[in-house]
Amino acid sequence: MKALVPVKRVVDYNVKVRVKSDGTGMDIANVKMSMNPFDEIAIEEAVRLKEKGVVTEVIAVSCGVTQCQETLRTAMAIGADRAIHVETDAELQPLAVAKLLKALVDKEQPGLIILGKQAIDDDCNQTGQMLAALTNLPQATFASKVEVADGRAQVTREIDGGLETLSLSLPAVITTDLRLNEPRYVTLPNIMKAKKKPLDKVSPADLGVDVTPRLKTLKVAEPAGRKAGIKVADVAALVDKLKNEAKVI
Amino acid sequence: MAVLVIAEHDNNTLKAATLNVVTAASKLGEVHVLVAGHNAAAVAQQASQVAGVAKVIHADGASLAHGLAEALAPQVVALAGAYGHILFPATAGGKNTAPRVAALLDVAQISDITAVVSADTFERPIYAGNAIATVQSADAVKVITVRGTAFDAAATTGGSAAVESVAAVAESASSRYVGSEIAKNDRPELTAAKIIVSGGRALGSSDKFNEVLTPLADKLGAALGASRAAVDAGYAPNDWQVGQTGKIVAPQLYIAAGISGAIQHLAGMKDSKVIVAINKDPEAPIFSVADYGLEADLFAAVPELVKSL
Ligand SMILES: Cc1cc2nc3c(=O)[nH]c(=O)nc-3n(C[C@H](O)[C@H](O)[C@H](O)COP(=O)(O)OP(=O)(O)OC[C@H]3O[C@@H](n4cnc5c(N)ncnc54)[C@H](O)[C@@H]3O)c2cc1C
Ligand SMILES: Nc1ncnc2c1ncn2[C@@H]1O[C@H](COP(=O)(O)O)[C@@H](O)[C@H]1O
Repeated sequence: MKALVPVKRVVDYNVKVRVKSDGTGMDIANVKMSMNPFDEIAIEEAVRLKEKGVVTEVIAVSCGVTQCQETLRTAMAIGADRAIHVETDAELQPLAVAKLLKALVDKEQPGLIILGKQAIDDDCNQTGQMLAALTNLPQATFASKVEVADGRAQVTREIDGGLETLSLSLPAVITTDLRLNEPRYVTLPNIMKAKKKPLDKVSPADLGVDVTPRLKTLKVAEPAGRKAGIKVADVAALVDKLKNEAKVI
Repeated sequence: MAVLVIAEHDNNTLKAATLNVVTAASKLGEVHVLVAGHNAAAVAQQASQVAGVAKVIHADGASLAHGLAEALAPQVVALAGAYGHILFPATAGGKNTAPRVAALLDVAQISDITAVVSADTFERPIYAGNAIATVQSADAVKVITVRGTAFDAAATTGGSAAVESVAAVAESASSRYVGSEIAKNDRPELTAAKIIVSGGRALGSSDKFNEVLTPLADKLGAALGASRAAVDAGYAPNDWQVGQTGKIVAPQLYIAAGISGAIQHLAGMKDSKVIVAINKDPEAPIFSVADYGLEADLFAAVPELVKSL
């Protein structure tokens, strides 16, 4: 069984990005880019399933600009066997990504598709669910535990109030939450090995997908800031402020 | 055209998150609420009493018992033709189903809106709330999740909507509910709480977390929250995580104890009315958003705070 893992190249989670002064978007020129953290967890999970003998091949996919190939090399350094780069300079929204991924699912016929629950740049939390809809496959989002046996995946999900467990027939779409695993560190030998692994390139046109955005960003603005607060000397001063100034207790 | 709100519920009670969505929906048109569940007539009744709701559509069947997206999405799609907007709460349940509905309708989904600018234009935070994007949709139907903290809750009484029953969709064979572990406690729900006491990695253990923070939460009638670090370490349950990838909260009072204030945490709580930070590091970034910062060892300060309340 193959596992397909979509990985997105995003601004590193440690970078504090700023809005461009003309309000057209974010200033991401020359900032550090990394693999979306949830996608690292997705790759790690797929590689662990391969190590357990459940999965036979892990295929990483990234859609976007040429530099996505760096992200794909990282995925292969973690342990993906090969990679597919859907190369385009166009703005990609989740519905378009889901359509590109559907075309690849049709071609590769994976038993599992594991995505991140959310890209930390657009904060959409959509692509996996959309892919499940387009492929008419069952979905388990926000996974904190995945077990595969007898042609089904048993997935524990993080939901409001606690945890829920679902059993899905395969093929299935899973999206990762933070507690699913802790991705391994990539080692230098594995980075070297990853350079030799196959990386195929296709275009949205090759896959027959129209990626035209459905949402237009009219403007991007800084959020309203908070006005500076004060430091209080001790607990008594804090209680006094909360009671008499803020009046919240 | 009317607006369809997808109710969040557990087949017995309408969840508070639905009420904020009703308020957002009322800015767009006549509000209809879909209650899709199993033996959920009580929920349909509650929804019919919410102020501003014009009609409740009640779909009842075993396939809808657990809100699985594979069943709920086609149920919504079957009704979609009559609506210009379909709104879900930005809860775990809403986020699970809304994109599935949007893709079935071949439209974009707009996540986590914080303002309705016009019928086709909405504001939403991106990059962990570091920016607010104004987005315009060209699609015929707008499928949206609504950030609860950005809209007031509609009143639970005052409405008298008619309840219309529709047939439930068939069971999906591909996905099966196995079970759940839902923690029961008497505390207010995190996203609806007026006061939240939140703990970070500094608490050091699950026992300490409880021992130090529970008395304060009890005193204040507060909900308990946590940073990702505290949840990852097992000090607090997963659904207490506040932040970019956890719960978004905006209580009257948010007390952060032993939380550094990483951008991902701030994304979930910086819209709180009053923020208190207790941290022993004077440079901790949490102080930059705190109205009242107390530079202290939390293991001394929190018990002292409990005593003086
Ligand atoms: C993809 C991704 C998503 C994330 N999503 C979230 C999210 O949704 N929510 C979230 O919270 N984080 C999230 N994070 C993690 C975030 O980056 C931080 O790592 C996390 O918030 C840190 O938690 P903390 O403040 O408890 O721990 P730390 O950063 O370790 O801070 C502990 C603080 O406690 C203070 N302290 C220590 N001892 C004491 C004492 N005795 N008394 C008083 N103060 C003391 C220290 O000075 C320090 O400031 C995410 C990260 C990633 C990569
Ligand atoms: N351009 C992309 N290339 C590959 N995978 C993507 C891309 N965009 C989104 N994804 C996948 O979809 C998940 C959710 O993204 P989003 O719906 O944008 O929050 C990510 O964690 C990735 O697994």
